[in-house]
Amino acid sequence: MDPRALYQEVIVEHGRRPRNFGKLEGANHIARGHNPLCGDKMTLYLKVNDQGIVEDARFEGEGCAISMASASLMTEAVKGKSAEEAELMFENFHDLVMNTHEAKRPIELGKIKILAGVKAYPSRVKCATLAWHTLHNALEGGGEVSTE
Amino acid sequence: MIDLERIRADFPGLAQEVHGKPLVFLDNAASAQKPRAVIDAVAHHYAHDYANVHRGVHQLAERATDAYEGAREKVRAFLNAPARHEIVFVRGTTEAINLVAASWGRHSLRAGDEVVITEMEHHANIVPWQLMAEQIGFQIKVAPILDDGSLDMEALAALLSERTRLVAVTHMSNVLGTVNPIREIVDMAHAHGALCLVDGAQSVSHLPVDVQDLGCDFYAFSGHKLFGPTGIGVLWAREELLEAMPPYQGGGEMIREVSFERSTWAELPYKFEAGTPHIVGAIGLGAAIDYVNGIGLAAIEAYEAELLAYATEVLNSVPGVRIIGTAPHKGSVLSFVMDCAHPHDIGTLLDAEGVAVRAGHHCAMPLMERLGLPATARASFAFYNTREEADALVAALHKVREIFA
Repeated sequence: MDPRALYQEVIVEHGRRPRNFGKLEGANHIARGHNPLCGDKMTLYLKVNDQGIVEDARFEGEGCAISMASASLMTEAVKGKSAEEAELMFENFHDLVMNTHEAKRPIELGKIKILAGVKAYPSRVKCATLAWHTLHNALEGGGEVSTE
Repeated sequence: MIDLERIRADFPGLAQEVHGKPLVFLDNAASAQKPRAVIDAVAHHYAHDYANVHRGVHQLAERATDAYEGAREKVRAFLNAPARHEIVFVRGTTEAINLVAASWGRHSLRAGDEVVITEMEHHANIVPWQLMAEQIGFQIKVAPILDDGSLDMEALAALLSERTRLVAVTHMSNVLGTVNPIREIVDMAHAHGALCLVDGAQSVSHLPVDVQDLGCDFYAFSGHKLFGPTGIGVLWAREELLEAMPPYQGGGEMIREVSFERSTWAELPYKFEAGTPHIVGAIGLGAAIDYVNGIGLAAIEAYEAELLAYATEVLNSVPGVRIIGTAPHKGSVLSFVMDCAHPHDIGTLLDAEGVAVRAGHHCAMPLMERLGLPATARASFAFYNTREEADALVAALHKVREIFA
């Protein structure tokens, strides 16, 4: 098992310099995610407009390269998507990293697929999904989500 | 002297490859590998001598009882406890401390009393006191650590008063490696009329323990960190304390007489051993103690001090590594962080090189808060580890740097 399949350059780079990092003023959907086992913490900010489109997404937090890169890539990907599309991406991502059969959903993960390598590391899957569970929670109304 | 080749051959779990690399097992503070002597003792007992203890009139019950009580005597001698009936078998350190909190604590502590713990405690020596404090209303005071990971003895002294009823302290920190001056702490506690409980989960596998010499009132440890089975551990307490303490759990084995009106309790230690105990676990622990005695804890302590010094030196040679916990008196635990990589990423990458370490908060979240760290990576050594394995750790950390630095 070559760990470079997991720690690809894009992931290391996004982990080191996450995009959309910081508080989002004017956010109308906010949720906190926490992985008590690792100590990973993040707060996700979304601005969803009246048409249900995610206009902006930012996050704050601390954690390993996988969780930071996943949040970074996710915030890039969901911008401009509808809330429904973002939820479909969450489901696709979940299938991807849990190594379950990928259901046919009308949305593409694109660049995010680079995190697929995490499925070979069961103890690290939660690092990759924390941001997505937090997104799901934010779209459902906010609050705290824990991936323990 | 430590005969490494012979010792390593005694541990079948060590001789394997993971991810195509020789296993370098440096997660001993979490749980230690088992020598063949322990594995065989457990298998032999199940295969030949197994029955329930203390209540059979038949041959196997007698053999099982003899082996179980023989293990208790081995534990007594291992701790140099005055009496065999002061040795209570429990599931582990966690249950031992919960037993003291629920039995002695509920019976003896009142609102206004104080229990003093330290900033370096494992959750197992924090939460049982919190649970009891919620019910009784006593206060928990926390003695701070110094920046090198030593206990701040002056601050501890300042916390003690006539309100202090118990000082509950770890013998050796599972994160920092710090070995606390227990004799001194016990004397300070006793001078204020308080008792002292020692969490020995980490210490018993690294240094000789003599509870009479330490002078403490309660000592708790787990079998699985001492190369024995999981699910078995020990609470030692002074006889007069155990006599005065009410039972912790009710059931079979712990009674003298039962009627629907009232029951009376069995003598020590059975008052605290309700239900069928972990018979074979205790026997396995006895075998582990025999094995450790065969090497000798004084020899183990000396060898590990040398190994720790070497590992500290080579770890410090890796750019961007910072060792957490540099107290003058340390056991063989090396917690560290790297400037380029998070502990969980370090853990995964080391595993790919065959090196097993722990990454996380190590069940010591308040200590992590004090250190200002969300997590550390931790390499913890046993007497079967070698300098070459410390070198393998360092080589693997260079691979981490190749990816992240």
